[in-house]
Amino acid sequence: MEEVIIGLEVHVQLNLLKSKLFCQCPTDYHNSEPNTHVCPICLGLPGAMPVINRKAVEAGIAVAMALNAEIQEKTLFYRKNYFYPDLPRGFQISQYDFPLAYGGYVTIETDSGEKKVTLKRIHMEEDPGRLTYPGTIDTARYSLIDYNRSGMPLLEIVTEPVISSPKEARSFLNKLRTILEYLGVFDGSLEGAMRVDANISLKGGARAEVKNISSYKGVEKALSFEITRQKNLLKRGIMVEMETRHFDEARGVTISLRTKEEEQDYRYFPEPDLPPMEPRSLIPDVKDTIPELPDAKRRRFMEEYGISDYFAKVLTSEIRMADYFEKVAKVIDPGLAATWIADILKGELNYRDMEFSEVFEAEKLIQVLKLLAVKKITEKGAVKVIRVMLDEGGDPLKIVRRLDLMVMDLSEVERLCDEVIEENSQAVSDYISGRKEALNYLVGQVMKKSRGKADPGETNRILIRKLKEREKDSS
Amino acid sequence: MITDEQIRHVAKLARIELKDDEVAVFREHFEKILDYFGMLDSVEENIEPVFHVLDICNVFRDDVPGECLNQEEVMANAPKTEKGYFRGPRIV
Ligand SMILES: [Zn+2]
Repeated sequence: MEEVIIGLEVHVQLNLLKSKLFCQCPTDYHNSEPNTHVCPICLGLPGAMPVINRKAVEAGIAVAMALNAEIQEKTLFYRKNYFYPDLPRGFQISQYDFPLAYGGYVTIETDSGEKKVTLKRIHMEEDPGRLTYPGTIDTARYSLIDYNRSGMPLLEIVTEPVISSPKEARSFLNKLRTILEYLGVFDGSLEGAMRVDANISLKGGARAEVKNISSYKGVEKALSFEITRQKNLLKRGIMVEMETRHFDEARGVTISLRTKEEEQDYRYFPEPDLPPMEPRSLIPDVKDTIPELPDAKRRRFMEEYGISDYFAKVLTSEIRMADYFEKVAKVIDPGLAATWIADILKGELNYRDMEFSEVFEAEKLIQVLKLLAVKKITEKGAVKVIRVMLDEGGDPLKIVRRLDLMVMDLSEVERLCDEVIEENSQAVSDYISGRKEALNYLVGQVMKKSRGKADPGETNRILIRKLKEREKDSS
Repeated sequence: MITDEQIRHVAKLARIELKDDEVAVFREHFEKILDYFGMLDSVEENIEPVFHVLDICNVFRDDVPGECLNQEEVMANAPKTEKGYFRGPRIV
């Protein structure tokens, strides 16, 4: 099999900041009317002067520190010149040969163990606006432009070409998202929060750059498509061309853009309206704001709560889930809490294609697990309550009552067991004469009488005890 | 020496259409500009590049959202608009 070489350029929107990178426009433009979150600066009107958002630089420093990158002594904004309708000024304010940070790495898990995905650099830039096409992209005669996104603070995180499969690329992005969300600078669930360009080549071949991968799922698809395309070319004896390709998410294919932009064509030059920065002087302020990061939290969860590495990994894969678990584990046995959150709740979310941010409050799960712990409801019943709360919301106790999920009182189960033993003398004598499978039938009868409200385990135990007493009496 | 091809390439990057006789005019201009920059060659080496003439750095604003323009003001200078969007050329 040919060796696959992938390098990623990840554009991350610092979408939890309150204002844009160079102007005061608010960043909460999602779900807003077009061109309502814009001002002379982000519209590129003549004479408008940008001023750098301090928080954006601090966020960039926090990310660089969390990714083990080396923050540079001096960093500078540049103008990257090109004409595109989503870029109102005719240039993008970006960074070039004095980026915010060099190096760094992200540790991911692969089929063959841990791997450090090393980084080339991290730099800051502004987001362009958004182009859409009326109707379909194939038939539209013009584009529609919304500048609400224009000027949003972005970090571009560039990896070395060290990723060797689409699956690895996906786990790198997942881990990156986790870390960024831990830092509180990024909400990965917002549209356009993370966008990826990928350089892909087979060993010895030219590389193609695939642009415009804008969803987590799209990454694996785009990379797999591109790898297959290059392999097929090689099979037919055709050289892979160095080119830029566009990922068409709807069709799952990459298309040649037939443009050859070379770096010199961007005519980078220092942005005269923005003085240089010395980011290292901000490190002391930022340092204290960096929270416990995923890998450290995972180790602590194992030590502090005595849960397995697997559960610790799942629970810390999302800051919201980790915080949720800690709330529940304060009151409920941590082992039980881990199973119910990492396995059951997470499974129900995946099934519904829901994000952890959409889950009901931890207090509600605590109520459910308390009922379960004292055997007032069965595991099955607990799952039912969770499903209802995810689908319709509501209060756990009310749901338990409404769906009649309270487990039957033990004295009541005893009574039903007696009844069933009286009414099924054949099964009882079968059991006593050694056909132990008759027990299942009797348990079934009790469950039926209780309309499923008896606890199966308890029913089992009570029946065995009663049958043993019979056995003794009859011998 | 600047080639015709380089001039046409720069013109293309600037989205400027050049007629054949204009290429010669621009060559003259370009050469003058490059000659002027040639002065830099006479400066001794090992001098740190100067990116900004003012000796200031770390000029920031606080992360506080402010007022935006309203959609009408935004569209005031646009030759073509549609439903709150600017209308632009088709690119792909
Ligand atoms: Zn603005």
